[in-house]
Amino acid sequence: MIVMIPVVNDNASTQVAANFGRASYFMLRDTATGAMEFVKNSAADSPGGAGIKAAQIVVDHSPGALLVPQCGQNAADVIRGAGIPMYQTQGFDLDKNLEALIRGELEVLTEIHSGFHDHGAVK
Amino acid sequence: MKVAVLSGKGGTGKTMVSVNLASVSGCAAYVDCDVEEPNGHLFFRPTNQEEESIMVRSPKVNDDLCSGCRKCVEFCRFNALAYVGGKLLIFDDLCHSCGGCLLVCPEKALTEVEKPMGKVQVGSSAGVEVLTGILNLGEASGIPIIHRLLKKGQNLEDQGREIFVDCPPGTACIVMESIQDADYCLLVAEPSVFGAHNLAMVHELVTLLQKPCGVVLNKEMGEENPSRDYCLEKNLPILGEIPFDNRLGSLNSMGTIAARVQDNYRQWFDSLLETIRKEVGHEKITHPQR
Repeated sequence: MIVMIPVVNDNASTQVAANFGRASYFMLRDTATGAMEFVKNSAADSPGGAGIKAAQIVVDHSPGALLVPQCGQNAADVIRGAGIPMYQTQGFDLDKNLEALIRGELEVLTEIHSGFHDHGAVK
Repeated sequence: MKVAVLSGKGGTGKTMVSVNLASVSGCAAYVDCDVEEPNGHLFFRPTNQEEESIMVRSPKVNDDLCSGCRKCVEFCRFNALAYVGGKLLIFDDLCHSCGGCLLVCPEKALTEVEKPMGKVQVGSSAGVEVLTGILNLGEASGIPIIHRLLKKGQNLEDQGREIFVDCPPGTACIVMESIQDADYCLLVAEPSVFGAHNLAMVHELVTLLQKPCGVVLNKEMGEENPSRDYCLEKNLPILGEIPFDNRLGSLNSMGTIAARVQDNYRQWFDSLLETIRKEVGHEKITHPQR
């Protein structure tokens, strides 16, 4: 299965990015062969709506799953609209997370935050 | 003359200063642009109030006509659109109502729908025209209300009124909109390190927008004042200092306009307004392009 993960750098020793919409890159990883590819996240420097644009990039690569530490409501609407399952990463170590996914230990991301719009103001 | 009253944080005394200035002007309009929590009306208690609904437009898609070309998705710089699973998703909260997606759609699959997002109230209080902008709960941006308020303010200025714009706190887009047309920016600051930091933020903003400005030091305690130090360091004119005064605090808390009930405050704000008028006149001569 090809999975997609927001990451900090475009090299094999990179880590999971803490933020989905403004992650620098997305890694495409084949869990069977370990093959990896990087996609620059052109949404990272958007003035607004980065989560939506980043989610569009993910959806357009139609991965089998998305691994993320957290995800905002708007981005989740897009990802779910495409029927891509989301799993919540544990810590920022990439390989450990992939191993956990294969062992079936990563949980489906259920907690969607309302986004950090307006600096996280409560709506 | 259009004077914007602003500060980097809430609670410095923007509303207190602007309602009092408007009250001593003799021919003024007070414009409350703090649309998330307008409170000037609590002081003015305007009568004969008229209300107008402010609408925003956002796109609506006809799925039967949409070909999935994504021209609208690529066009929208606010990322309010996404195309997923053969359907266009529209995020109203991010839409800035520019209408661009309708223009670029080759299939004419998009139309616009209007919805109310707030209101503008206009009333009067002892000769002062009181304009209040109110943003509906849950709405992301009050900019369309600010536009309407400033347009109404402009009409009143054309009729010879002095305009006092009570800005939202901070330095965000909504503040930039509020001070866009101002002839002069009055910065209200508190005597603390935090106050000085927030003063520096608004000072940077008004400098960026090339607005002439001056400072009112509020709650002055006759002690160390980092905001005053900042003014002296940056050569910022201090137009006045309001001493910390429990009586002023209690008048404010009762929604009383100090200049209307106490001679000393009427005189104080009279002289502040005179100073501002001179500063604006001076600016008009030195910067005739404004």
